[in-house]
Amino acid sequence: MMNLVLYVWRQKNAQSQGQMVRYDAKNVSPDMSFLEMLDVINEELISKGQDPIAFDHDCREGICGSCGLMINGQAHGPKKATTTCQLHMRSFKDGDSIYIEPWRAKAFPVIKDLVVDRSSFDRIIQAGGYVSVSTGNAPDANSTPVPKTNADKAMDAASCIGCGACVASCPNSSAMLFTSAKIGHLGLLPQGQPERKERVLNMVTTMDKEGFGSCTNHRECEAACPKEITVDFIARMNRDYLWASLTYQKPSARGGGE
Amino acid sequence: MAITGLMGFGFVIMHMLGNLQIYLGQNVEGIYALDQYAKNLRAFGPMLYVARFGLLTIVLLHIVAAFQLTKISHQGRPVKYYKTVATGSDYASRTMRVSGPIVLLFIIYHLLDFTFGNVNPNFHEGQVYANVLASFSNPLISLFYIVAMLSLGLHMYHGLWSLFQSLGANNTKYNDLIRKFALLATLVVVIGNISIPISVLIGVIKK
Repeated sequence: MMNLVLYVWRQKNAQSQGQMVRYDAKNVSPDMSFLEMLDVINEELISKGQDPIAFDHDCREGICGSCGLMINGQAHGPKKATTTCQLHMRSFKDGDSIYIEPWRAKAFPVIKDLVVDRSSFDRIIQAGGYVSVSTGNAPDANSTPVPKTNADKAMDAASCIGCGACVASCPNSSAMLFTSAKIGHLGLLPQGQPERKERVLNMVTTMDKEGFGSCTNHRECEAACPKEITVDFIARMNRDYLWASLTYQKPSARGGGE
Repeated sequence: MAITGLMGFGFVIMHMLGNLQIYLGQNVEGIYALDQYAKNLRAFGPMLYVARFGLLTIVLLHIVAAFQLTKISHQGRPVKYYKTVATGSDYASRTMRVSGPIVLLFIIYHLLDFTFGNVNPNFHEGQVYANVLASFSNPLISLFYIVAMLSLGLHMYHGLWSLFQSLGANNTKYNDLIRKFALLATLVVVIGNISIPISVLIGVIKK
């Protein structure tokens, strides 16, 4: 069993000023997950009639992208390739102080305590993170060949769960890793080709409009990403963006059109 | 940022190759190779001023881009963290906004030292070899040049890798190679340039 000192960001709502508040976490089991440890603290707070610490979580198995805390200055804590929910208390020592903060970015405003509004990510997706395909019967398997290497890379990019750790860990609050993963995932597959240029132009424009910072290639995002998505996708997006800016033409029809 | 940085890199390499001619000493007519090189450059006449204007434009555009990036990034995080730990970035990437201004100060001093001669202890236009010797014989000036070159090295090490990334000119196959290229080019420039003040101080380059 461990005793820990927590410094947790408490903020009543989006409008109010927040502050770090100290909590003593006693008898913490090393087998607890980080969120379970917070659950226990919250039980105590509730029993004392206090407001529990608000934090985002859902699947608690590292696949939904809901959880995300800045733990001792590292997005999702000290462990590599894990989300906050997959972090266990055995990563800490008895007597440790743990600073717990929400993701910090203009585009991720705090709603309450450790919960931030990540709908800016949704708007980036709405700007082009999809392929427009006609519905109908499923096509024959393998009727559209995809090179194995592309399929693998697309899958790597698609493993992005949209947690926002890339933005949180970036010294510039840039969302390039998230956006590039989504663009790379679709751009590597045949189904993504028809809208490839519009996609990169629209998604990057939306990303900038949402108020994310600029990328200066620190590679903090890559280190923080629980899915280990690499900055190669950022370079890929830059390449696509450059090409699309130079060659994209608005749809137009002459002659045979209506 | 990347494009102007790449141009700056090209200039830095050419400048170093020019500098290193200090080691060629004198030719049979007793003219220093470095002075002859400077004379050859001057022979370009008006083209020299086109090049100088071009370089000035590159530097200014680089600075403007740096300010723009910095502004966007500062606006990106209005509330700072209490605690942050760097895991993916390196010292060079985190100090770009420090090494850059040091290099800028250096460029200004360097121009005043060897182009305009205002701060050179004993300046004679066209006598490049003697001017270099006059400046670097002062250990403080040499030290400043060495510190400036180390800053340039840090700036280049991150910048040279970074520009490939920003321009999208990458491929998983060549990523390691690009890193090694950045390191090698940085070492060549830093060691090549720093060797000159050191050579002057220890007396390898003398009158």
